[in-house]
Amino acid sequence: MKVSMRGICKAFGPVRVLENVDFTLHGGEIHALMGENGAGKSTLMKILSGVYQPDSGSVEVDGKAVAIRSTRDAEAAGIAIIHQELNLIPQLSVMENLFLGREPSRFGVIQRAAMRQQARAQLDALGASQIDVEAEAGSLSIGQQQMVEIAKALAMDARVLIMDEPTAALSAREIDTLFALMRGLQARGVAIVYVSHRMEEIFHICDKISVLRDGCFVGERVIADTGFDGVVKLMVGREIGDRFPGRDVVPGAVRLAVRGLSDGRHIDGISFEARAGEVLGIAGLMGAGRSEILKTLFGVNRRTAGEVWLDGAPLDVRSPAAAIAAGLAFVTEDRKSQGLVLGMSVRENATLVHLDSYARLGVVNGAAEQAAVAQQISQLRIRTRDAELDVKSLSGGNQQKVVFAKWLAKPPKVLLLDEPTRGVDVGGKAEIYHIINQLAAAGVAIVMVSSELPEVMAMSNRILVLHEGRQTALFDSANLSQEDIMAAATGTAGHDTRTTQD
Amino acid sequence: MTAQQKATLQKLGPFIALLVVSGALAIMSPDFLTVGNLMNVMRQVSINALIAFGMTLVILLGGIDLSVGSILALSSVCIALMIQSGLDPVLATLLGIAAGAGMGFANGWIISKGKVAPFIATLASMTILRGLSLVFSGGSPITGLDSDFFQMLGGGYVAGLVPVPVVWMLLMFAGFWFLLKQTVFGRHVYATGGNEEASRLSGVKVDRIKIWVYTVSGAMSAMAGVVLTSRLNSAQPTAGTGYELDAIAAVVLGGTSLTGGRGWIFGTLMGALLIGVLNNGLNLLGVSSFYQQVIKGAVILLAVLLDRAGKK
Repeated sequence: MKVSMRGICKAFGPVRVLENVDFTLHGGEIHALMGENGAGKSTLMKILSGVYQPDSGSVEVDGKAVAIRSTRDAEAAGIAIIHQELNLIPQLSVMENLFLGREPSRFGVIQRAAMRQQARAQLDALGASQIDVEAEAGSLSIGQQQMVEIAKALAMDARVLIMDEPTAALSAREIDTLFALMRGLQARGVAIVYVSHRMEEIFHICDKISVLRDGCFVGERVIADTGFDGVVKLMVGREIGDRFPGRDVVPGAVRLAVRGLSDGRHIDGISFEARAGEVLGIAGLMGAGRSEILKTLFGVNRRTAGEVWLDGAPLDVRSPAAAIAAGLAFVTEDRKSQGLVLGMSVRENATLVHLDSYARLGVVNGAAEQAAVAQQISQLRIRTRDAELDVKSLSGGNQQKVVFAKWLAKPPKVLLLDEPTRGVDVGGKAEIYHIINQLAAAGVAIVMVSSELPEVMAMSNRILVLHEGRQTALFDSANLSQEDIMAAATGTAGHDTRTTQD
Repeated sequence: MTAQQKATLQKLGPFIALLVVSGALAIMSPDFLTVGNLMNVMRQVSINALIAFGMTLVILLGGIDLSVGSILALSSVCIALMIQSGLDPVLATLLGIAAGAGMGFANGWIISKGKVAPFIATLASMTILRGLSLVFSGGSPITGLDSDFFQMLGGGYVAGLVPVPVVWMLLMFAGFWFLLKQTVFGRHVYATGGNEEASRLSGVKVDRIKIWVYTVSGAMSAMAGVVLTSRLNSAQPTAGTGYELDAIAAVVLGGTSLTGGRGWIFGTLMGALLIGVLNNGLNLLGVSSFYQQVIKGAVILLAVLLDRAGKK
């Protein structure tokens, strides 16, 4: 089987998103589609799956032109897409989701027995026998929900599976399961388009890679014949230098000290210190309680036990407002739901936290506000035509820089980072690492949660590892291997021998 | 046309609609475009506009306030009883507005601290407060408010031309414009309506904002109650029934999004004027009040559909 997209052009109003793009896909291959945010990957895949119509260009399946005018046409042609935001209806059961819109029925009455049996068979064929077909979809883990989506696509005879950032919300173990599943599909001749920013994964699982830059196709490579630097150069059109810029800061005095922190539900007995100029990484599997540590420190979740000191003074905050007043800042995990007010402008988002700094008696000084935002835009190199544009019109990396801007308007004492580079392209990541390093150099203590092990290892001075809400290790990041972290994260390590804390 | 020009045109939509409808009425009826009539329209609009200004804040938060009509009635009854019992009319008026604010505060407190959906909370308070105004008034109008000051609040004229309620409306319009455009509070209202979670995590005191907004809505309803009571020179326990719908219509006609986070006070003023002009024009043209309702509903639907089409 072979799918070719030829000469695809697409514009939204005056903005040309895709310019004469070619993309070819063969059965039985896992083909990575890469490019910076805004390069046009999602648009190209939405055209292939019938969500958008191209302005010009053609799609051929096995040499025959096919018109894909809707997602239904795409399904008929055997093309299915698994979106990053999963599309299951959480209140319906797994099997009801699997058969949504094509329920086995007689005279309009659903045949539950047949449905249950077929659903079971489909999930078993994917090696997902642990998923209960009667369970509510919303009660499954993200990884399991993804399995259900894949089963749904395959039940419609999909021969091309497009996966958009499928591992973004998965734990390491779930990723392994997903990759095994992908290999199985590959062996059955299914073609998989894999859209991701995670280089390690792409080099691990993919056969080929196609790269888009600014809406143009810039090349296709066989993974075996190419390397990391080559791909990055294709993507950004220049060398980006070190992927993880080095930091030459000697940690100073202890700024944040945490002893026995618990929230009564997710985390128990967490203790660590973060010094001025230090990045303390927090690693662990999905659901291990990493974000909950930050949320508890920031007053979002209630602390039920333990003590926290900031610069030697006890800290007891019960709301984000109080945490901010004490000098904490918190770059949250989910930019869209927790980080930004998407309907507001870049300026309004950038000044949301410290708007009082530009106001007297509650009245905002517009000129002062604009000047401060303009300075931040240039300092953090936020790429936007105008500070008055809606923040949602920016690329992921630039949106994330707006989130940083909002917190850095006043330098914090402690910066809490939760997945600071999720969904950010490789160029944007390097810029965010630079920002982190500058803050460390300025004496901020940084606590960073990240699911990307290379990132945690390269950016942190020390790494705290969690397993099911408990701390299993606190490593010095020098001479540490990914295996050490994974062993501690999965609870298979005797933590007393592995902890290298002073 | 650039996207920005289009957005501006979109925003001015309610203003353009008002001009078009007014122009058409001016051609159809010679009585429409006279100073006397226009002042009359503005005076009729003022009550709805005052309520709608408060409602704009509520809807910007993504909420709704169904209790405005009942707050109007209960504060009106309270003021009338206070004046009747010989309290100074100025003090009675201020206390009445404070009472309305208090009722709004209760709404806001229940919604933010009790985590009750605004629709449910204000549906309940709408019923409770309506009941209380019937209880306090004994179910009949309270008349004989013998106060020149109080009659001036709704019935007087400034410079012999501009009705006093119109002055209230314009002053409040300016105040709300400033509040939403220039203050930290206004920014926090937009932010909370746009993304409550992100706002809370950014240190916005979301609960406090909500309580304030419903308090303001209550105070504005009471103020509308003052105008109405003064005009009628009596307090009716059933006054203001259905006013919440006129206020919501004005806000929505003005382009404020019911899901919160987007909108402006100028649009609300235009929306209220549009409804008022339609009422007045249809009366002048002698259209039966039955058909007036049909036409008003159709105009609201048309305006919202146009707004929708313009956004695509």
